[in-house]
Amino acid sequence: MPFPLFTRFLLAGLTALCLLLGSALPAWAEFSLPPLPYAVDALEPAIDATTMTIHHDRHHGAYVANLNGQIQANPSLADLNLNDLQAKISQFPVAVRNNGGGHWNHSLFWTLLAPAGQGGSPSQDLIAAIDRDFGSMQAMRTQFEQAATTRFGSGWAWLIRKPDGSLAITSTANQDNPLMDIPGIERGVPLLALDVWEHAYYLKYQNRRPDYIQAWWPLVNWQEVNHRYAIATSGR
Amino acid sequence: MAHTLPALPYDLDALEPHISRATLEFHHGKHHAAYVTNLNNLISGTELENSGLEEIIVAVAGDAGKAGIFNNAAQVWNHSFYWQCIKPAGGGAPSGALLDKINADLGSFEAFVEQFKAAGATQFGSGWAWLVLDNGSLKVTKTPNADLPLAHGQTALLTMDVWEHAYYLDYQNRRPDYMTTFLEKLVNWDFVAANLAAA
Ligand SMILES: [Fe+2]
Ligand SMILES: [Fe+2]
Repeated sequence: MPFPLFTRFLLAGLTALCLLLGSALPAWAEFSLPPLPYAVDALEPAIDATTMTIHHDRHHGAYVANLNGQIQANPSLADLNLNDLQAKISQFPVAVRNNGGGHWNHSLFWTLLAPAGQGGSPSQDLIAAIDRDFGSMQAMRTQFEQAATTRFGSGWAWLIRKPDGSLAITSTANQDNPLMDIPGIERGVPLLALDVWEHAYYLKYQNRRPDYIQAWWPLVNWQEVNHRYAIATSGR
Repeated sequence: MAHTLPALPYDLDALEPHISRATLEFHHGKHHAAYVTNLNNLISGTELENSGLEEIIVAVAGDAGKAGIFNNAAQVWNHSFYWQCIKPAGGGAPSGALLDKINADLGSFEAFVEQFKAAGATQFGSGWAWLVLDNGSLKVTKTPNADLPLAHGQTALLTMDVWEHAYYLDYQNRRPDYMTTFLEKLVNWDFVAANLAAA
């Protein structure tokens, strides 16, 4: 797969050139595609290397490129980090919402995956909160699967920590997410996320979204979920 | 009245290499079939049990409490229509009254192609691009997910499925390549012309 290597080489080259010339990165490079935190085949066989390559390099890459393409028409984008943008997304055109959401969602999604057996397990604090708000870990999983399965069309399923401290399962359409200030979105800090766009699973699972969801659970990076929960809780 | 899955109007491999046998097997045999099954399950024992497909769609359109019925009924309709909009050795440009109407209402065939591709490209997420008749005029539109012209008082003449499942096995993320192939190699303009004549 020469494409990802080539892309990385190109980005590294561009950065080096800018450093060499003592200039800031051009405006269109304001947002950048983070590299995957593992090899493209690290999640095999549940998520295959081809899917990971296309999903990261092409889909996520396009969200980044298209978001950067919006900077000229929306100069205030250049002053916002990606996280802060989400909570102000209603002030921007729909192309910023779609691509800014797509960039944020995928950037999070990669960190919430780990090769099977390497993601650890839920912390005592997180287990206690899940038991408190769902009854059991199994009940949370069932609700999450329900949200992921019934999201019609393209979108995401989430485990969030709401502003009142409670946990909830939600789902959003397309590239919306629970940080966005959009009417109708249940807001909170995402702890766990699952991409249920068909592009996330079609090459391997085709119409069988439930099989993809089952295959995904062993890939959850609970260490990252624990970390996100600890930060969200301490920020209260 | 149980709704049924219509047979494809051509063989599963008839659209190769533009749309593969595998894509049609899943798209028709799994996705379209599931919408039919889900619809029959959802209306069983309800007042819609004996209603026709279009009657159901119009009855539940805009009713948030019946979104499941709308989604499945509309997707049954959309896919049955979509299969007829494409054929082996299709594509190219229309002629006769349809072309005259495109020229009159949209400016030119090239303008139609541009608008239709733009509709498909900008339908973010899942959905459909359409050529419709709206109050006597041709229009290019797009709809998200299962939504369709019938729910907006328009008559559908042509549609292109831009759910990722329609093209992912053959084109992956390259929706523009699928759209170009759809227009150049697959559109069944005779079907579109017949829809216009009947409208
Ligand atoms: Fe995705
Ligand atoms: Fe479809």
